[in-house]
Amino acid sequence: MAALVIAEHSNAALDDATAKAVTAAIQISSPVHVLVAGSNCQGAADAAAKLSGVEKILVADDARYAHCLAEPMAELILSLAANYDAILAPATANGKNILPRVAAKLDVPQISEIIEVKSPDVFRRPIYAGNAIQTVEAKGFKKIITVRISAFAPVAMNGNAAVEKIAASADPGLSRFVGENLSRSERPELTSAKIIISGGRGLQSKENFALIERIADRLGAAVGASRAAVDAGFVPNDRQVGQTGKVVAPELYIAVGISGAIQHLAGMKDSKIIVAINKDEGAPIFTIADYGLVADLFEALPEFEKALGV
Amino acid sequence: MKVLVPVKRVIDFNVAVRVKADRSGVDLANVKMSINPFDEIAVEEAIRLKEKGKVTEIIAVSIGPAGATETIRTALAMGADRGILVKHEGEIEPLAVAKILKAVATEEQAGLVILGKQAIDDDCNQTGQMLAALLGWPQGTFAAKLEIGDGEIQVTREVDGGLQTLALKLPAIVTTDLRLNEPRYASLPNIMKARKKPIAEKSAGDYGVDPAPRLKVLEVTEPQKRRSGAKVGSATELVAHLRGVGVI
Repeated sequence: MAALVIAEHSNAALDDATAKAVTAAIQISSPVHVLVAGSNCQGAADAAAKLSGVEKILVADDARYAHCLAEPMAELILSLAANYDAILAPATANGKNILPRVAAKLDVPQISEIIEVKSPDVFRRPIYAGNAIQTVEAKGFKKIITVRISAFAPVAMNGNAAVEKIAASADPGLSRFVGENLSRSERPELTSAKIIISGGRGLQSKENFALIERIADRLGAAVGASRAAVDAGFVPNDRQVGQTGKVVAPELYIAVGISGAIQHLAGMKDSKIIVAINKDEGAPIFTIADYGLVADLFEALPEFEKALGV
Repeated sequence: MKVLVPVKRVIDFNVAVRVKADRSGVDLANVKMSINPFDEIAVEEAIRLKEKGKVTEIIAVSIGPAGATETIRTALAMGADRGILVKHEGEIEPLAVAKILKAVATEEQAGLVILGKQAIDDDCNQTGQMLAALLGWPQGTFAAKLEIGDGEIQVTREVDGGLQTLALKLPAIVTTDLRLNEPRYASLPNIMKARKKPIAEKSAGDYGVDPAPRLKVLEVTEPQKRRSGAKVGSATELVAHLRGVGVI
């Protein structure tokens, strides 16, 4: 049979999360097809055609897919489902929103946020915020899977897949897009950044986050935050790293003024190198840090910035 | 309008979980259990809608062992009106839960179901979306704000990169994110009052649902442990180390 990957994209461009989900799909079934559903999404479709290891790109370009609403998206995926023995999506807000709807209509379970494909039927996934890892077998039915993107490397972008336009399917007309408020940033996205520098309650104010942002800009890093910093209103909630926010695994994660609550660690402990800067020597974050600096962040951050400049 | 709020009994979020030595699962014996935090937010939101006069009755439903009665009592003490316990021992997957909830929502003629976006034990994040699919209703997942209008509900959702607002035709499904509200503490008089509120007892079979899991759990293991590394003396030294290993 074959695997279908639901692309994450912005219509104009393809999100890196798609290339990571393709890596998982290749290990489960072949050939691999990618569905790009959007509105004026030629840019994303062209980029998807370069995904290495993908045979075909299906493009559904219609206004009803402009905002990736779950109801019409699920109908579209269901109209294609018979051709595939596995349907995957990256575990982004969209993937998590849409795919269980598809699974329920197909009367099959979903396997959420896999971190490893042990065999085409056996997957590993974190439970209890990553404090335990479950190995599950899915045999005898269509596999519906979301893929934790921090756990898979992206495929190369040197492929040449065929691009096929497909018709839009029915829109159940149950929901309507009203508006959105997306934070625009010149910095990289948290989930694809190679370096992340995050601040916690220790920053004490919104204004003090500038200390972190200046270093982020020097390093080309994304800015993250702990739940405490988000709840205190220092930064918008889409910056939150943790069990209930973004799960990240960059090359370098710098935690500043973050004590290291279980829920935060669950979101970043798979980072390659972890640095912690905290004045409390007993902070749990130090137990998982490769490099720890016990210091007042208001002295350490300016010194860090200066050291970068030499 | 009646609101249905499903509540799940899970290991308390402050408890460090232990994997069983035989790798069959997580040790639940003698561990503090609580209402799933996202479900608590769902209960709170339902109560606020009732206080605003948008909702007439709140029904808390739990699918689980006898102990889940306590979870329902928690919701009743906060302000839910009555409970339904669908008794079930052992694992049950989101799809089976959604099938039971579909039957309950239909029987109760609920106009809105508010669920937690995920349970903090299996971290599936599926039940609300599955229930919406089975009922053929629209869904507003990861809600940060709700507003009930005429025949529709506006849901502001937490999405990657910010917030998105949708209008859903009622009846609808909403799943809660963290910042939707801050749940209240139940007062002592309300805890006493909750003891008198009715809880109906049912089984999966009463709703014609087969609760047997379809996925086979082969093992549950500890995650790979990270070791703590070196302490450095200054930020300058730190930068030198990071340059040394080539990450900056």
